Amino acid sequence: MRLSDILFLGYTTLIRYPLRTIMLLIATSIGVMAVILLTAVGEGARDYITGEFRSLGTNLLIVSPGRNETSGGGVLDLAGLSPRPLTIEDAQSLFQIDNVRRIAPVVMGEAPAQYDGLERSAPIIGTTPEFLSIRQWEMESGSFLPGVSMRYSPPVCAIGKEIKSELFGDTTAVGEWIRIGDRRCRVAGVLAEEGRAIGIDVQKIVVIPVALGTALFNRDSLYRIIVDVRTTSRMDQTKQSILSIIKRRHQGKEDITVIKQDTVLQSFDNIFNVLTMALGSIASISLLVAGILIMNVMLVAVSQRQAEIGLLKAIGAKNKQINNLFVVEAIMLSGSGAIMGLILGHSITQVLKVAFPDFNFLPPMWASYVSLIVALISGIIFGLLPARRAAKLDPVEALSGNK
Amino acid sequence: MIRLDKLSRKFQVGNQVVHALDEVDLEINTNDYVSIMGVSGSGKSTLLNILGLLDTPTSGDYILSGINTSKMDDDEMAGIRSAKIGFIFQSFHLIPRLTAFENIEMPMILSGISPNERSMKVDSALEKVGLTDRADHKPEQLSGGQRQRVAIARSIVMEPDVLLADEPTGNLDTTSGNEVVKLIEELNSAGLTLIVVTHDREMGERSNRLIELRDGKIINDQRKP
Repeated sequence: MRLSDILFLGYTTLIRYPLRTIMLLIATSIGVMAVILLTAVGEGARDYITGEFRSLGTNLLIVSPGRNETSGGGVLDLAGLSPRPLTIEDAQSLFQIDNVRRIAPVVMGEAPAQYDGLERSAPIIGTTPEFLSIRQWEMESGSFLPGVSMRYSPPVCAIGKEIKSELFGDTTAVGEWIRIGDRRCRVAGVLAEEGRAIGIDVQKIVVIPVALGTALFNRDSLYRIIVDVRTTSRMDQTKQSILSIIKRRHQGKEDITVIKQDTVLQSFDNIFNVLTMALGSIASISLLVAGILIMNVMLVAVSQRQAEIGLLKAIGAKNKQINNLFVVEAIMLSGSGAIMGLILGHSITQVLKVAFPDFNFLPPMWASYVSLIVALISGIIFGLLPARRAAKLDPVEALSGNK
Repeated sequence: MIRLDKLSRKFQVGNQVVHALDEVDLEINTNDYVSIMGVSGSGKSTLLNILGLLDTPTSGDYILSGINTSKMDDDEMAGIRSAKIGFIFQSFHLIPRLTAFENIEMPMILSGISPNERSMKVDSALEKVGLTDRADHKPEQLSGGQRQRVAIARSIVMEPDVLLADEPTGNLDTTSGNEVVKLIEELNSAGLTLIVVTHDREMGERSNRLIELRDGKIINDQRKP
């Protein structure tokens, strides 16, 4: 029996029972569509997050106090000791490393910002002018922090756009004095809104000199030191240098953690890949349901078409041929449903891209292949049982059976 | 061409064993025209099914063209059905979603014959049954007599040795029944061995040899002189 004939016969059954065919096509296509859309969301989220990190640059080392971020104080806590503070002097000491290009110490906190009777709470970042270029932020108007020594704390600040409009409305902010906590400082500039940063909305923050920050929050430790290196190939070496310099400064205790931006990026990438796959697998369950539906319908088809099966046997069909006819019919159903689902899934993705331009919906290629293959395999597997039943029918009984 | 040797077919019905065929011995010659008659339950359908290799005997041998079919598996029997046996049924058994042409083509599709050859053979079969102008009609668009003629075209398209007809006129009015009978008798005259199962005594009498069954045994076997 020729493949083209098998396909033709399958096709005649599909158009013979249009309602049945359409229902099954819908069931399968919803499954495939779900896989495409969910993985598009997962992959889009991955792209978004890694994009955020990449925008920070892959040539960054991040120094934080404490031995290990995730285990908190660890042994030091048990011994009743807390890690030594990471100070501004520590940050300055890192300039002795050749490969270090820029350093941005960071303190963070929250404080009320006031102007002319208006007040709102704002996240405050204390840092140095280098922070602007390291994070690739831009100014909308005015200037960022003045380039003075880290230890000097001139009363200036740069504010986010939203803070600006809430405190000043449409009037000019640059040059005005605002109160932050118990300090007064002059607004040097307003940040442009394009800047992206993890966990921080650039539009809502206030940036002040790092020394002013430690004084404002009455804290002796920095939150982070961001180190921008010249040559990324010497990253590991630089990391070792940082560790040994700080260790020397901390009386021989290695109580800081240095991580590469790359490492963070990599782990987020992995997490989101797993997430996308998990979403895809969940969606695949609906494919399985569609497969079971196909099996049901094919079982009904076998009993409906008993007489035909008997006839085919009488005119010389081998059991294997009957089996193939039914399996191919199931595959045609699941396959065309899958193709429909692919078209639907990708079209809806395009629509979503237009509707939500900020989020990048990226249906991964593998999702299309995998869902197509899973649909075809479920067609085969769930088509097999009905097909075997058809093939095993006794020709005499089948011929005399209901037509 | 056909020889049955002490052939029996038993069915288990509940806890009773029914002898549908009971040690039947029978020989049918090539190009013979045989009618098989009997009341229902006499075993005539079972005999036809066994002759058509749709059913297998419980014991005894069935030798077709010198080949003993008793030990064949499903696929071998399917092969013989395809090559040597043509079937005609009371209810026609056409596939409703296929055209007359495609229905006739079906046995050749199953045996993998090329589309060109198929098309030629279907055309000549349609011509033989006088339905060339109905090639593209679906069964539902054809009358009963036309349907049975399509079925006959299908049964001869593989050029079988034996034509087995199970009540071929049972669902037809007298006029179209007569047409169908004439058609299959013509095929018999052209060399085909014809075996007809029928209730209809008048039709039975037309054959060269009339076999009567009762309770699975041949009770009468008469030849026209």
